[in-house]
Amino acid sequence: MGCPRANHRNFHVRAYIIRRLLLFIPTLFILSAIVFLTVRFIPGDAIDAMVASSDYLALDLDRETLLEQLGLDVPIYIQYLKWMRGMLLEGTFGDSLMGAWSVEERILERLPVTIQLGVMAILIGMLIALPVGIYSAVRQDTVSDYVARTLAVVGLAAPNFWLATLVMIFPALWWGWSPPLEMVPFTEDPLASLYGTLIPSLILGTGMAAGTMRLTRTMMLEVLRQDYIRTAWSKGLRGRVVILRHATKNALIPVVTGIGLQLPLLVGGSVIIENIFNLPGLGQLALEALLDRDYPVVSGVNLFFGMAVLIINLIIDLIYPYLDPRVRYR
Amino acid sequence: MLTGAAELADFSERRNRFLGFLSRLVKEKPLGAFGLAVTLAMIAMAIFADWLAPFPYYELNLIDRMQGPSWAHPMGTDHVGRDLLSRVIYGARISLIVGLSATALDITVAVIVGGTSGYVGGKFDLAVQRFVDAYIAFPGLLLLLTLMSIVGQGLIQMILVLGISGGLGGSRVLRGAVLAIKENDYILAAEAIGTERWRTFLKHVVPNIVPIIIIGFSITIGGVIISEASISFLGFGLPREIPTWGGLLSQEGRQFMEVAPWLAFWPGACLTLVIYCLNMFGDAMRDLLDPRLRGSGSGG
Repeated sequence: MGCPRANHRNFHVRAYIIRRLLLFIPTLFILSAIVFLTVRFIPGDAIDAMVASSDYLALDLDRETLLEQLGLDVPIYIQYLKWMRGMLLEGTFGDSLMGAWSVEERILERLPVTIQLGVMAILIGMLIALPVGIYSAVRQDTVSDYVARTLAVVGLAAPNFWLATLVMIFPALWWGWSPPLEMVPFTEDPLASLYGTLIPSLILGTGMAAGTMRLTRTMMLEVLRQDYIRTAWSKGLRGRVVILRHATKNALIPVVTGIGLQLPLLVGGSVIIENIFNLPGLGQLALEALLDRDYPVVSGVNLFFGMAVLIINLIIDLIYPYLDPRVRYR
Repeated sequence: MLTGAAELADFSERRNRFLGFLSRLVKEKPLGAFGLAVTLAMIAMAIFADWLAPFPYYELNLIDRMQGPSWAHPMGTDHVGRDLLSRVIYGARISLIVGLSATALDITVAVIVGGTSGYVGGKFDLAVQRFVDAYIAFPGLLLLLTLMSIVGQGLIQMILVLGISGGLGGSRVLRGAVLAIKENDYILAAEAIGTERWRTFLKHVVPNIVPIIIIGFSITIGGVIISEASISFLGFGLPREIPTWGGLLSQEGRQFMEVAPWLAFWPGACLTLVIYCLNMFGDAMRDLLDPRLRGSGSGG
């Protein structure tokens, strides 16, 4: 307390946090510009196709109205400024081309399912990855280590859409059981709702577990070689205490960051999994919007997910100095 | 100029080094060697698909439709009697073409973006890295689908989208490598004698990142093939007529999954096997070529 070194460190941590926050703002703007620009590149014939398609005939949209709705009727910078003003000042992502919905309404409506799926997938992934990774490292080069590592690389190789399809096929063939394909809202019946997302999140979770398990194992092996672990062993501490209290605590710090980095992968997976299991989440919304060429919604979901990933990674980076006081910030 | 004898000696030394590498691979990394063998088999399968496939992939045979695996059709047939094995063999060709070309483009983009960003440094680096930060925050698959929906379905579009997109994400590793190389005295020496910067970059930086490029290639290609399959699975990849593993699995596979489960099983099983082998080979290459990286990263 109050010793010069601690103050010195606090100063550096504070400088690090400020720098990290300052870098976050331009990144966020670039993110919005990328989302904005991708939709600008829709070729003109695609617009014609949209106007001509049956979905749009019903909406009674002519080319000019469509261009206006997509914001393609004014010069690009004005359009970007309009879009940004809408988001920053009015809190709106624009209007969906399909029906009288705003983009943010559609996103908020679908968000709970995706959050439920994502949180369950991460929890399941950790519940599998951490114990197996730790065990695998402690029993390095034994049969169980090999089995765990082999399963992890097979898990990394098996595409989630194949696993999901197999889960739909074989239990139905063998036992006449198939996973529920109708989502019950969590607020209506929590248990039924969790049951509905159990199988999808198991598939997403095991996919994440493979990478996390390998990272956990590597980090554990690294830590177990440290001097302070040898000290802990030689002063006669019980194995459980050495492994759990001394080693794991330090090995898990990079794993936390690793989970943050896996988020984009998890989101991508949810697009496929929500589609296969008919879960009304953001991934399904994105796919529907892509098929309808409802680009305002596509942009909105892309921006939403991109921002969510950036913010979560920012939070992880900000708590990192407190998780791992050894890291030096220069 | 090398004389004939020296050229021969050079060639035989290269051959010996290659054979030495192969024997190390077999001895130290049997799984990696297995991965290489299956990968080579897949390449052969893709090249000789016209000879290997028992039937043309588009040949209809309404009498033999929806048949389970048999001697005539080892993987069964679909709803119009097309032989699944033949379609899977042709699917390997697509996976391989997309995998190799998109990965090559991916690495090229990564070297250009990451290399120049790290080498030039300063404000340029700061700006480029914010762009990369923003880019890797996107949910990969969703962004790929958005881009595919804008540029339209097709092989070239798929390769461009996967390659450029992956290269931007992967540029960070190369930037890190270039930053480390920049610290070396020979770079300082080259700059001190007034070598132009682009020449220093090409002559002294690029050759030193070759091992990382090779490792990067073998680690990336599996992920690229999975991405292609995912995009085709969701129907944004290649046109429906062309058999791809992802497309086979999602179209005939899921449409008839209750009555003909083999249609969904085999394309996915081949995909899993190939990705597994590529990952094993990639890991082995990394361990053999760059021992410092051993056991790090997820390799996915």
